[in-house]
Formats: sequence, structure tokens, C-alpha cells
Amino acid sequence: MSKTSADGSDRDTKADAGAHASDTGGEDVDEAELAQFAALLEDSTQDLYDNAPCGYLSTMLDGRIAKVNATLCNWLGYTDEQLVGRKRFADLLTVGGKLYHETHFAPLLAMQQQVSGIALELKGADGRRLPVLVTSVVKTGAEGQPLLIRTTIFDARDRRSYEKELLRARKQAEQAFTEAEEARRTAEAERARLQQVVSILQKSLLPPALPPVPGLEAAAYYHPASVDEIGGDFYDLFPLGGERWGFFLGDVCGKGPEAAAVTSLVRYTLRAAFLVDPDPIHTLTALDAALTERYTGEEMTYCTAIAGTVTRTGDKFAVALASGGHPPPLLLRADGTAQILPTRGGSLIGALPNVHFAPASFTLEPGDTLLLYTDGLTEARTKSGGPRYSEGELHSFADRLAPAGAQASINALMELLAEFGDGLEDDTALLALGNPAA
Amino acid sequence: MDVVGRNNVVVTGRASGRTLMLAHGFGCDQNMWRLVLPALAERFRVVLFDYVGSGGADSGAWDPERYSTLDGYADDVLEICAALELTDAVFVGHSVSAMVGVLAAAREPARFTGLVMVAPSPCYIDDPATGYPGGFDADDIDELLESLDSNYLGWSAAMAPVIMGNPDRPELGQELTRSFCATDPAMAAVFARTTFLSDSRAELATVAVPTLVLECAQDVIAPREIGAYVHAAIPGSRLVTLPATGHCPQLSAPEATGQEIAAFAGATR
Repeated sequence: MSKTSADGSDRDTKADAGAHASDTGGEDVDEAELAQFAALLEDSTQDLYDNAPCGYLSTMLDGRIAKVNATLCNWLGYTDEQLVGRKRFADLLTVGGKLYHETHFAPLLAMQQQVSGIALELKGADGRRLPVLVTSVVKTGAEGQPLLIRTTIFDARDRRSYEKELLRARKQAEQAFTEAEEARRTAEAERARLQQVVSILQKSLLPPALPPVPGLEAAAYYHPASVDEIGGDFYDLFPLGGERWGFFLGDVCGKGPEAAAVTSLVRYTLRAAFLVDPDPIHTLTALDAALTERYTGEEMTYCTAIAGTVTRTGDKFAVALASGGHPPPLLLRADGTAQILPTRGGSLIGALPNVHFAPASFTLEPGDTLLLYTDGLTEARTKSGGPRYSEGELHSFADRLAPAGAQASINALMELLAEFGDGLEDDTALLALGNPAA
Repeated sequence: MDVVGRNNVVVTGRASGRTLMLAHGFGCDQNMWRLVLPALAERFRVVLFDYVGSGGADSGAWDPERYSTLDGYADDVLEICAALELTDAVFVGHSVSAMVGVLAAAREPARFTGLVMVAPSPCYIDDPATGYPGGFDADDIDELLESLDSNYLGWSAAMAPVIMGNPDRPELGQELTRSFCATDPAMAAVFARTTFLSDSRAELATVAVPTLVLECAQDVIAPREIGAYVHAAIPGSRLVTLPATGHCPQLSAPEATGQEIAAFAGATR
């Protein structure tokens, strides 16, 4: 056979191959070497078919084996005669493989005319299993009508063991994932339970609602820094008989269960002390004694607090209070000014010998509001990582706010706290007592 | 998602014809009916669908608990019937779907006027107590699950649909994709267990509609003893042995299969 080259001359391509080998940029091949190759090369297609490094199988459309190569016969331990016309391809598969063949392989082959790389196991004459990869193609006639199925079969023992490793790894990963999920759910349930305990305990340390005081508007707010930990801030308002009411607000050192225990002791001590003697100095002194007696040495703890009484006289309220190391309260006056009460200098409670407390007394005229707070407010960062709020800024804030009733003051401060967002790092308690404007 | 979208429901064929509901079995999807569809669509209104967990159904609707009993698959069938307001339909179920049809017809008889069971088996597991020859044991099913698993690795890369050109076989269309027979292995495993470990022999007696049993001459999954068993258990049923090899006569002998279905469905009233 000849073909026309680019320059239009006819050349015998076979004769050219040797003569022009050096022109084509390939390696030089001389006639002798070519002859050697030819001798080595497969000159028998039958030999190539039978001894190919893979199994060959031709089956009729119904699966009956029509032709099989020696390689596959050897792998399976069958003779050619045992297979051809006697067995179907599916007969060579394991039972599970047969199911897979019928439900996946055969439908795919019927629909697509070819299926490649399906992992199956063949069963040898002695029952031995041979993992293989199977590829099948439907041979069609001139009209496109299917005639027979040609199948190649590759030994996949090594590959299958590798895949089994992969599968095992995948299953382990899935198992680990499931276990991690389980652990996460358990931890979440634990945390929810803990938060519930914290929330209930926290509530037990605060009054469920402020009692109504005739003629007085009282409002409070508590912001816990964390739902996971009990805070150490506290406040209360309670009747002392007649026209007199006791109140306090403070901050126990620390957080968590230890702080909760101290807070509990502080609250009951203060309430009891007020009943014995309503003088705020006496009350704080009694608290100091109780804390010092209970928490000594290593256990030593302390708190800051403001305690006082409010007594109704006509349309006014006389307030007497004392501070032990606590930030000074603010007094929002009816005239639109705000002043810081001079209660600095009082001792921390429960930590020092020879304590002294800073008293203040004044009258809540109609339109005046007393505001007590803990240092969660004044030490909040105005934005995450930013500078801290301060007593000075709070004073300016109150000055702008006045005159304002108790609830209005608390609402304004709640808005302020919300603006701080994450900057609000500590618990914050607020208590406002207002004499409503006439 | 509504039921029609969830189950990838396709309604085709002659709108005025009797409704045939074609239900695929374990392994592939509604494309199993491709080769018999053209002939059936000429005479009948044909409803095709994929069970959740197969083919083009919404995998988001998968619920391993629901689909671990054949009743869950019957739920799919009845929900599709309700969505399409089907009555007097002929249900054609291949393989495990034949039994799904039995369950669905028992629950809502008014939906169905006839039942075609293609290569059915009410129970694939041998029952030594009664001598029932299911043909398989639990280990065989484990082997099948292994096959599903080991082929998943090879298939995962091909999960994305690939448009297949079929110039030689225009009847397959261009839209047929590699996803035919490619199922999430976890879902396929549940469907395989449900298919091959269920025993619905007792339900055969509940069949109260005309029934055609189509078995294949050579079928390793549902051999002829099983066809005879189903036929005997459903009084008044007709048994036809198709000249087909394998478990899918709608693919290996589409003409004969289509003719039998059409003749039966055309005669029911």
C-alpha cells in the first residue's frame, strides 16, 4: 500500500521506514534490529490472546461463555472445555457478586453497551476467590444490533487489599466522627445542665422581684457575665417594718460556687443585721465580723457593698447608707443634675482589721433617684479591647440623664450596657430607688 | 419539596390511556424502563419515578429508618398516587417493587386495578423450616454489600453526571447519565438489606386485584421455582415465562416484556 506524501510523489511507506528513520528525529534503527524485533514480537495473535497478562472472555448475550483465554483458565483452574458453552459469566462470580451483576452490572451494560472497572470476585474451580476488575463491551453488528459481550478481567488482588485498607480507614473515620458527635452532644447536654444549675442558683441569690414600696419606685437589673459561671454581684430590697425599708448592693470577690457561697452568707447576714439595728454602719460592721469569722487564713475573702435604709416621711424619703469599699452611688436630682455621693474611703469588708465605713445621708425629694451599681459597669470596655468606661463618664452620663425615674434610669443604663457588647466583661448589678416627681 | 419533585416523578404517554405506574427495583432507577417505554407510551399514560435513595430522587428526603422496611417504599408509591390522584392504575413492579406493589395495593385498594410483578420474589432468604428455596443466605447479602462498598471507591469520581453520547442507540437519548445505577452507598446498603432480608410471603394472600407474574427463563435472583410459588400464592394470577436471561427482562427482552404488560393492562378494567 502506498500513500501520497506532501510533495506529491508516491512512496512506499514500508520501504521508507528504514531508509528515513534518521530523518524523523527518532533513534537510528537498522534493518538487522528490525528483523530481531519482528522475531521477538508476537507474530501469533492466538498466542497473544491466550497468554495476555489479563483474562479475556467472550460471552453470548445471555451470558454463556463462547471463548476464554488461557490466562483466565489458569487463574480459575478450569479447562477451556469446562467453561465454553457450559457456564455463564455469572456462574464464575461469588453469590454476592451475582447479585451485584444482576442488579447493577448487567443493566448498565444493556443500557450503555459498556461497563468498565467494576470490582468483583471470581470463584475458582477449587472455591478460591480471585478479586478482579472487570470491563465489558458489547460487540455490535453492522446494523448496530448487539452480537456478543467482550470482557477483560484484571487481577486486582493487590489493588483490592489497598482498597480494603481505604475502606477500613473510611469506616474508622466515620466511626470516629460518630463518636466525636456523640461526645459533643454529651458535652452540650452537660453544659446545658450546668447552665441551668447556674441560672437557678444565680436567681436564688437575687430577689425574684423587688417588693412594692409605697410611694417609692424601685428598679433593678442584673447582667451575668457568663451563663456558665455564677457571678458575685448581689442586691436586695426588703421591709424593716413601718415606713422603713432596707436595701443593699455589693460585689463578692471572685466567681463560681465559692463566690455564690459567700454571696449567700452576705445576704442573710445583712438582712439579719438590719433587723437587729438599722444603722448602716452597724450592719456593715456585723457583715465584716461574720466574713472574717467564717473565712480566715487561706480561705480569706472579701466583698464591697453599700447598705442603707430608706424611710418615708410625707412625700419624701430619708436615706441613710454606708459604703464599704464600693464605688460611690449617684444621685440624679429633680433639677437635672447628678452628683456623686461622698462615700469613698470605706474599707473592704472581711479583709482588714479596724474597718471603718463611709456614711452618707440625704433626702430623696420628689423627682430624685438614687442609683447604685457595681464596677462591672464602670470597668467595662467601651468597645472590645478599647479603653474602660469610668466613674467620670458615668457621672456625665447621669448628668445628661437627670431628671429620670428609677425604671427610666435602669433602662438607659441597660442600653448603655448593650452598646458595650463584648466589652462588658464582668457581672453588673444595678439598683435604682426613685421618689417619683409629683 | 413536593412528592413529584422528591421522587423525580415523570408522567408521559397517552394522556387518555389507562395509567401504568412503572416501579424500578433495587440497583438502578426509572431508566430501567427505557426500552419498554416507547411501546407502552403509545397506549398508556405512564408514571415513572425513583424511590428516595435512588436515581434522581431528592437525597435530602432520605430517612434510613423509613426506608429500612418495604412499607417505607410503599409509602413513596402511595404518596405519589395521592399527589397524582391516581385511581384504577396498573402497577408494574420490577423485582423488589413487585412486593412493594402488593403492600401498597393492600393498603389503598382503590388506587390499583391490576398488578404486574416482574421477576418477583417474596423472600430471598432460604427458609429451612418450610423448605422455601429463597436462594440466598445472610452471608450472601453481606457479600453484596461488600460489592457495593468496593465499587463505591471506583465510582465516586464518576458520581457527577456525564452526558453520554449514544449515536448507535437513539432510543436511549442524550440525557442518560453515569448516575444510572450510581447511588449513595449508605442508601444503597439500606435498600439492599431491605430488599434481600424482607420476608413478605404472607402478604401475597392479600392480593385482591388481577395479577400477572412475569418471570424470566433464566434468573439467578428470582428462579422459576419462585415464580411458581408467587403464582400459586396469588389465586387467579397468571404466570408468564419470558424468553429472557437475567433478572431484568425489560432490558434483555424488552419487546416480549412490553407486549405482556400491554396485553394485561389493556384487558384490565
